[in-house]
Amino acid sequence: MSAASTSAEANAVEAKNLDLVFQTRDSPIHALSEVNLEIRRGDFISFIGPSGCGKTTLLRVIADLEKPTGGSIVVNGVSPEQARLQRAYGYVFQSPALFPWRTVEGNLKLPLEIMGIDAAERTRRAKESLKMVNLEGFEKKFPWQLSGGMQQRVSIARALTFDPELLLMDEPFGALDEIVRDQLNEHFLRLWEKNRKTVVFVTHSIPEAAYLSTRIVVMSPRPGRIIECIDSDLPPDRTLDIRETPEFLDLSHRIREGLRAGHSYD
Amino acid sequence: MIRRLRDSSLIPVSVVVAFIILIWYAGAVYLNSPVLIDRYERQKTEWNFEKLRQDAWAMERPILPAPHQILKDMNKSILQRKVTSKRSLVYHGWVTISSTLVGFGIGALLGIVLAVGIVYIPTLNRSVMPWIIASQTIPILAIAPMIIVGLGSIGLTGLFPKSIISAYLCFFPVTIGMVKGLRSPDPIHMDLMKTYCASDSHTFFKLRWPSSTPFLFASLKVSIAISLVGAIVGELPAGAQAGLGARLLTGSYYGQTIQIWSALICASILAAILVFLMIAIEKIVLKKMGGRLV
Repeated sequence: MSAASTSAEANAVEAKNLDLVFQTRDSPIHALSEVNLEIRRGDFISFIGPSGCGKTTLLRVIADLEKPTGGSIVVNGVSPEQARLQRAYGYVFQSPALFPWRTVEGNLKLPLEIMGIDAAERTRRAKESLKMVNLEGFEKKFPWQLSGGMQQRVSIARALTFDPELLLMDEPFGALDEIVRDQLNEHFLRLWEKNRKTVVFVTHSIPEAAYLSTRIVVMSPRPGRIIECIDSDLPPDRTLDIRETPEFLDLSHRIREGLRAGHSYD
Repeated sequence: MIRRLRDSSLIPVSVVVAFIILIWYAGAVYLNSPVLIDRYERQKTEWNFEKLRQDAWAMERPILPAPHQILKDMNKSILQRKVTSKRSLVYHGWVTISSTLVGFGIGALLGIVLAVGIVYIPTLNRSVMPWIIASQTIPILAIAPMIIVGLGSIGLTGLFPKSIISAYLCFFPVTIGMVKGLRSPDPIHMDLMKTYCASDSHTFFKLRWPSSTPFLFASLKVSIAISLVGAIVGELPAGAQAGLGARLLTGSYYGQTIQIWSALICASILAAILVFLMIAIEKIVLKKMGGRLV
């Protein structure tokens, strides 16, 4: 990784003056306004902000699920649409979004089938990514037989099967209880330290953003915009215990201050 | 054992059946008595209620035959005759069922194809849907003879024209159900397929089609029953030679009410078998698909 270079090549995502206005029946909604953002390769970046601040919209723009109405954006050196066509990213939704009629293994194989990977390789990769999320032995189970946390782990494993360079995650642990969420946060951090993929992570939890990220982007609503980017210097091999340390509390405090500056508490 | 008996539907069902049979016997006496009393008075015979009851349940051409008379006739025409005989209900039932199944196959296929067209082609959605709905407002009894005569004039007779009437009736629920079913996938699942850059055919076969399965079976259960109705209606006009519809028609020509009733009951038994077969297939398929689909 050539960290010194600042060209588009070195950045996973580069957005300039990004603007997005949704035309609704009563009045246009300014979802994103003047968004400037650079995401370096290998970063774990979190978008944090209250609901309606455009964090999910920004993620969907990166994924080419929404088209910006102004400005420019480059993903992996190309347009979001080309990046999608190259299958450059894996997307994890707020709900597990597993197909109920497919087993865990079948769900993991879905992207591989679509991408035309042969059967033996599909089985191997499904097994491998299931191991990454510690769910070996659950291949033949159907989604409803799994707990919510396990389903979300399958959904993360599904995004990992085709080894994308970029992982886009939209509040993946938002629907889970705090105990399971903590557990998955720690597990996911270990996984990220191992493969060091670029992760763009949407959340509205301050501890989650502070614990996981290398950089935290604080956003504010009406219109959705970036207030502040906060770099984190927490040690890489951190465990959940770090949340008791002064450094962590200081980081959380800075995020909270950023949110307050954006009048997000109004 | 007692618990299983209590939880099963056996007791409620048999109570209802017993009740219906009771009313039926009473109804047979009530409906047949005017003819009988009239006859007694003309022949000046002594009669009391007991004699009236016995005669009402044993008439040759009753207004309403008693259940045991129908059972006796069904026993005779199903079990006692060779199945190839023109007077065997098995033979007539087979004629009807074969055109029912062919019609059901054509109708279900047509229904699915139309639904796919409507879901994928916006122009079809706007142009074809009103015609599909209009097609079902035409009374089938009015259009059936025209189909039979029309197809007969171009040399198509026998099973095929009857199947067309079945198909005409049974494509409709399939189209309506499948349009809804093919549009049922979660937006989140559609987005997921988009992030994979899935082609239209992948989205169809891996997402839309499996999501529509419960809707498909709901429609097929309705369709297969009305397909049987279509086949019977198709046998009524133009002097059909065979089939349950033909039995109904000849029965009414000669006032053979018992024959009409046994053909009717035979038809409803067939419909029940077809629907239960469909339910069984549905259970197997949905079980293979995870067994938790609603």
